[in-house]
Amino acid sequence: MSTKESATSSKHWPTIRFNVNGEARIVKVPPMKRLLDVLREDLHLTGTKEGCGEGECGSCSVRMNGELVNSCLVPVMQAEGADIQTVEGLALDGKLHPLQEAFLCHGGAQCGICTPGMLMAAAQLLEHSPNPAMAEIREALAGNLCRCTGFIRIFESVAAAVDAQSAGPATKLTMEQTHHAR
Amino acid sequence: MRGNAAMHDLVAPGNLGAVLDLLAAEPGAWTPIAGGTELMVAFSAGRLAAPKLVSLWGIPDLRTIEVTSQSVVIGAAATFLDLRRHAVIAAEFPLLAKAASWIGSIANQGRATLGGNLVNGSPAADSSPALLAYEAEIELISARGRRRVPYSQFHTGYKRNVLAADELLYAIYIQRRFVRHKQYLRKVGTRRAMAIAKVALGATALLENGVIREIRLGAASLAPFPTRLLQTEASLLGKTITRDTIQSAHRALLAEVKPIDDIRSTAEYRRRVAVNLLDEFLLQLRREESQ
Repeated sequence: MSTKESATSSKHWPTIRFNVNGEARIVKVPPMKRLLDVLREDLHLTGTKEGCGEGECGSCSVRMNGELVNSCLVPVMQAEGADIQTVEGLALDGKLHPLQEAFLCHGGAQCGICTPGMLMAAAQLLEHSPNPAMAEIREALAGNLCRCTGFIRIFESVAAAVDAQSAGPATKLTMEQTHHAR
Repeated sequence: MRGNAAMHDLVAPGNLGAVLDLLAAEPGAWTPIAGGTELMVAFSAGRLAAPKLVSLWGIPDLRTIEVTSQSVVIGAAATFLDLRRHAVIAAEFPLLAKAASWIGSIANQGRATLGGNLVNGSPAADSSPALLAYEAEIELISARGRRRVPYSQFHTGYKRNVLAADELLYAIYIQRRFVRHKQYLRKVGTRRAMAIAKVALGATALLENGVIREIRLGAASLAPFPTRLLQTEASLLGKTITRDTIQSAHRALLAEVKPIDDIRSTAEYRRRVAVNLLDEFLLQLRREESQ
């Protein structure tokens, strides 16, 4: 068996299993296929966007096993057995996540390409630091680029989501709670 | 041109022994991939030559950080977030924790590994000045066994290192003896986040009655690979920090660095900034000593 055959023949593609937004998914794709492309092309979860394709812009951010990752830099083979959350998994039972509400109310989104990544990076921050200072918000979003808003409204949206959460009843949706609720 | 996933094979044996057997069976045929923050960039751009890759992600022995009374042993596939979250590293090796916080974004830090940063061998590698200043040792492993080399001898040329075709970088050792040392790390880049270093300098020093008894200087982007500044160190050892010793350190520094002009900066700018960083460190030492 030559390298070329083993690398290109679909017969040799592995079966890869993982959970996406609480649902078990199985794909049979080239093991080096980017998680980003598997989400969009094979699972039709097109909320996750491609910006730069080189880990600089954060548009393709998703959460994998509780960490934020750029899905353009994850070969799908390395997602075997993982728990993955995409922007489609943020809203619960048709109710928007507090971050999504805040982005809507405070002008956090304009063209929308960076928004799913911004939301996932912000969700990651809030899970580890429920009451972040503005400097923490800025650091958490430093890997997510936006060419429309000038960032200020995005930072304000995240801060507003924090305020809304601390003011209102607890609606913190961790990855695990989202999965259980489904 | 875009990379084509079907042109590359990737296997994930899931344990270290199986990876080493694979490397031993076909030395040089398999390219190890850990967090993918370098190789997947090359892949996306259609620049990844490797036809066969073997995954190091999710192999527990490679990701542990072990603390003994003498040393901290960092598995090569520990991520930069692992380093930032580690209490002993934060307390005793602040330069390494700081360097880890500079690597790309949070998303990059959760995937990029310390070993990957070293094996990739960029002259601008963020973790290198800190590891050089702490006189780190590197452990290499293959089916033939293990060996240790000083990190300062790991890189042998631009993107070249001492790894044999069947070897993996296994662990990074740092000795727990720097608590009393003065420590310094500064990176000069274009912006604070997501920037590659134009110049970076890491340093540790121990003074006794104003005399420099120990000093280690590690530099990035001043040579084809991250390097200890041994001549500059020699010019300062056993000296007190005076205008004369600072000037002779400048001369030693300028004689041993070999910066280049590239897309990020110029050789001339890099030389001037390197001198300024050294000054900043020496003046900080003198100020703290006189207090």
